[in-house]
Amino acid sequence: MTDEPLVLGIETSCDETGVGIVRGETLLVDTVASSVEEHARFGGVVPEVASRAHLEAMVPTIERACREAGVSLRDLDAIAVTSGPGLAGSLLVGVAAAKALAVALDRPIYGVNHLASHVAVDIVEHGPLPEPTMAMLVSGGHSSLLLVPDVTNDVRSLGSTMDDAAGEAFDKVARVLGLPFPGGPHIDRAAREGDRIAIDFPRGLTSRRDLERHRFDFSFSGLKTAVARWVEMRHRDGEAVPVADVAASFQEAVVDVLTRKAVLACKDNGVDHLLIGGGVAANSRLRALAEERCTKAGIALRVPRPGLCTDNGAMVAALGAQMVAKGREPSDLGLPTDSSMPVQLVQS
Amino acid sequence: MLILGIDTSTTAISVALHDGDRVVAQATTLDARAHAEHLAPGIRAALDQAGAAPRDVTGVVVGIGPGPFTGLRVGIVSGRTFAFALGLPVHGLCSLDALAHEAWLGGHRGGLLVATDARRKEVYAAEFLLDEGGLTRLAGPVVSRAAELQHDWRRLPIAGRGPLLYPADLPGPPEDGSEPSGIPLPRDVSAGALADLAVRRLADGDPADPLDGLEPLYLRRPDVSKAPPSQKSTLG
Repeated sequence: MTDEPLVLGIETSCDETGVGIVRGETLLVDTVASSVEEHARFGGVVPEVASRAHLEAMVPTIERACREAGVSLRDLDAIAVTSGPGLAGSLLVGVAAAKALAVALDRPIYGVNHLASHVAVDIVEHGPLPEPTMAMLVSGGHSSLLLVPDVTNDVRSLGSTMDDAAGEAFDKVARVLGLPFPGGPHIDRAAREGDRIAIDFPRGLTSRRDLERHRFDFSFSGLKTAVARWVEMRHRDGEAVPVADVAASFQEAVVDVLTRKAVLACKDNGVDHLLIGGGVAANSRLRALAEERCTKAGIALRVPRPGLCTDNGAMVAALGAQMVAKGREPSDLGLPTDSSMPVQLVQS
Repeated sequence: MLILGIDTSTTAISVALHDGDRVVAQATTLDARAHAEHLAPGIRAALDQAGAAPRDVTGVVVGIGPGPFTGLRVGIVSGRTFAFALGLPVHGLCSLDALAHEAWLGGHRGGLLVATDARRKEVYAAEFLLDEGGLTRLAGPVVSRAAELQHDWRRLPIAGRGPLLYPADLPGPPEDGSEPSGIPLPRDVSAGALADLAVRRLADGDPADPLDGLEPLYLRRPDVSKAPPSQKSTLG
């Protein structure tokens, strides 16, 4: 099947330098260099630190991806790169590198949307996407429900977070509980020992009225504040904080709202497939509750393996390969980065 | 020989091709906010202008700053990646040296200060001596407020945008002095001058005067604040 397009994808929208290579719908390699450890001591991603790390990691990561896949750059049919949304300085490093490859190798370049890539990656994991697909993307930067008739050029936003992203809430609550950054994995681990109905934390935008006006939107800021307030009350009263119970109850509040709205979106739109992507999709409770609720509702659930849920280059290559296969026009070599690229814009 | 020169350390997004004797193509765009947009089309334009294919390029030299970080990285990552894709050697040169070399090519001799925009009310600066043999960097590069540079530097002829930005602090030579030669000094880095300097240094092959490596000259640490306190009062 060597007539399938061979595409290299570059992803630098946040703190991971990702390079992946895909042939058609087959993943050949997914290589990621992360600067997360450099950010941990600051309690969050520092843009300039991330940009510097991308510059240093870029060529070595491309080199490693080619070596591990046994691919020569000359064999590539196209280059794909995340052109937004994301951190402006980080995006620029990846886009500049992708353009340099495109010029040096005389190949077309596709500047693609980070969020659409999170959807497209499941093609190399679980095969072609049903059209339309319902997708929920939950990460440190995004919480969105997307109706996706065609991942290469038709992605529609049904709703998104009105304040904090779900992953951001995990990071902030982890800090309140004295757990390290990034908060997601640590809260997931702590919650396994806890009681998820111990504390009844608020579920944002789920009242009857909110379900009319903000049916598929999310809000996690109030939840985060409620957790901080609850913990502070315990401190004030001189009582120990039951970290596992707080973590489990907080996590339950987040995944309850996410899965409830995702299933609702499927039902409202008559879609029987739900895809969950983004870093928070690695959360074990989110996976379990989504599985349970989708089964009950007769919805097929697709979640890529955790390494393909977090930011990576394979997802960009996967989307690029779809674009080449569908005969989409490449981007102009002068393509800009767009740190707030709207999700509806699949390609720039 | 066909050397691709790239510099994005100043307002200019500059690309040049040098055949070992002279600059055979150059593409420069002035746009302080869109380095990544213009650079790759500039490389393609320079190649077209020279009637060359990417495979004809034999080496890459890139300006490593100092310069505003975001734009600077665009040039460095592009140079490194272009070279990697074609299996070419890639060299780095201090971008301020390229400005001094362009002044030298224009006929300037004697002392020279290069002062470029470092944003945040500061300049990147280095002091040079230019004689018939070429340039010598006497001091720098440093990052500083223009007014805080040593006094004798601020009275030298000055290349770079520093004097346009801070005319009061960077007055240049006194009016009655014999210094000013009437030779116009460059304001932004030209990749042609950068490539020419690289070709000369490579030809010299003087191991004591190597090219500058490929690490950016940031001269400043990243701005980072400490992690926020683990608990912020929400009780008011």
